[in-house]
Amino acid sequence: MPKTILFIEDESALQKTFAEILKQEGYEMISALDGEVGLRLAKDKKPDLILLDLILPKVHGFEVLKKLKEDKETKEIPVIVLTNLEGIEDVNRAIELGATTYLVKAQYSLEELVEKIKKTLGE
Amino acid sequence: MLNRSTNPAVGAPRLELGIRRSQSAYVNHYTMPRNSLLSFSFLFVNDIIILMGFKNILNQLNIPAQCKKYNLSLWQCPQLLFLIMGLIIIVSILTVYAIGTRYIEEPELVALMILLITLILFIIATIITRSFERLAEASRMKTEFISIVSHQLRSPLSNLKWAIELLMSGRLGKTEEKQIEYFIILKENSGRMEELVSDLLIVSRLETATLPLKKKEISLEDLINKLISELQLFTKASNVGIEFKSEEGLPKILADSSQVRLVIENLLDNAVRYIKDNGKVKMSLEKRGQNLYFKIEDNGVGIPKEDQKYIFQKFFRSENVLKYQTQGSGLGLYISKTIIKRSGGKIGFKSQEGVGSTFWFTLPIK
Repeated sequence: MPKTILFIEDESALQKTFAEILKQEGYEMISALDGEVGLRLAKDKKPDLILLDLILPKVHGFEVLKKLKEDKETKEIPVIVLTNLEGIEDVNRAIELGATTYLVKAQYSLEELVEKIKKTLGE
Repeated sequence: MLNRSTNPAVGAPRLELGIRRSQSAYVNHYTMPRNSLLSFSFLFVNDIIILMGFKNILNQLNIPAQCKKYNLSLWQCPQLLFLIMGLIIIVSILTVYAIGTRYIEEPELVALMILLITLILFIIATIITRSFERLAEASRMKTEFISIVSHQLRSPLSNLKWAIELLMSGRLGKTEEKQIEYFIILKENSGRMEELVSDLLIVSRLETATLPLKKKEISLEDLINKLISELQLFTKASNVGIEFKSEEGLPKILADSSQVRLVIENLLDNAVRYIKDNGKVKMSLEKRGQNLYFKIEDNGVGIPKEDQKYIFQKFFRSENVLKYQTQGSGLGLYISKTIIKRSGGKIGFKSQEGVGSTFWFTLPIK
């Protein structure tokens, strides 16, 4: 069974790129284009990892993170925050809320991101 | 490129006028010993002129240009309003003096005059305050605009960058050599846009003071060594030798390491970028009084004399630099200066076109 990754991100272009590369790396990717769908899919599908953007429609990324970590069913799932917000206050807040890693999009190449994902999944 | 109104060719004749004016003020002062109040005020004005610098004052007196710069109408321009207020104060003092001596028996009239003048001054002062508020608001909106636009630009840029990387990786099928050449162009240019956006965001956060200064005890020497090793690929690719000498036993300093790192990175990047061939960059670190003194010297293209006064301005890029390198946002030195200033240090440089540049900064130890 391939490991599943839930990608909560409102940019469909990014969803497409990630779906392709993660499929090639042997993962199954589930897409959520807003926070509300993201929370529902996290509960229903119980992915092995969640990639979470912060600026999201309907439910903000911080709220999603908070709810994921409050819910018994989802609180153990590692969450990588993948965003373009780089303020120290955002980083601190995400880590306090229980994010495993905080990555600023502009600072990583696609291959580096794949490495981070693999590392978080213990591979 | 901005604020070229201080062009020396334009400024020179005005400067002469300024000197003549000030000389006449001194003459007035010494030929009017009987009126001590007037001579005192002339001396005072003269001192202000000397203190502020003639050129500065003349620039400030160019009211239409100043108003245009801030995009304000003439009647909202603080410079004009200050001038009017100054004139009213002078005229009113003289009038009150004249009326006061002539109608000494009618103090009510004098009091009424003073009251009226105070009222006019109060109205003008209110308008000035409002115009300053407008200026501050305009500046805040500009910074906020930059921040929003930059954030909005970042998402499509990330999409673009990663899509190009996926195409170049060969994961989607074999790519022809010719195609790769163009993918490289796309990648480099999206990288440039990302750098520019990143610089703009730093500037906007520095200007809104939302970039906190997290001071910790750091070793500047270690920070520089680490940076050199990280940038080794870039410096080797540019065929530039890096030399770093540090005085022994330097103390640690209290500073924000990520911000200081950004300054050194900017200075080093500039030094390497603007070297023609087989360049050498020498860096040194030493203790000077209560500060650490960092110096970076290159044998690059140098900065033309006429451009030297602008180089710490936002978006300024020297003409001769554009000949060698079209890349760059023109924000690096502005960011560096802002960071060093808010860290309690000083920054400066000396440069000669065709010979090279030396930049330095100091940071307080505690």
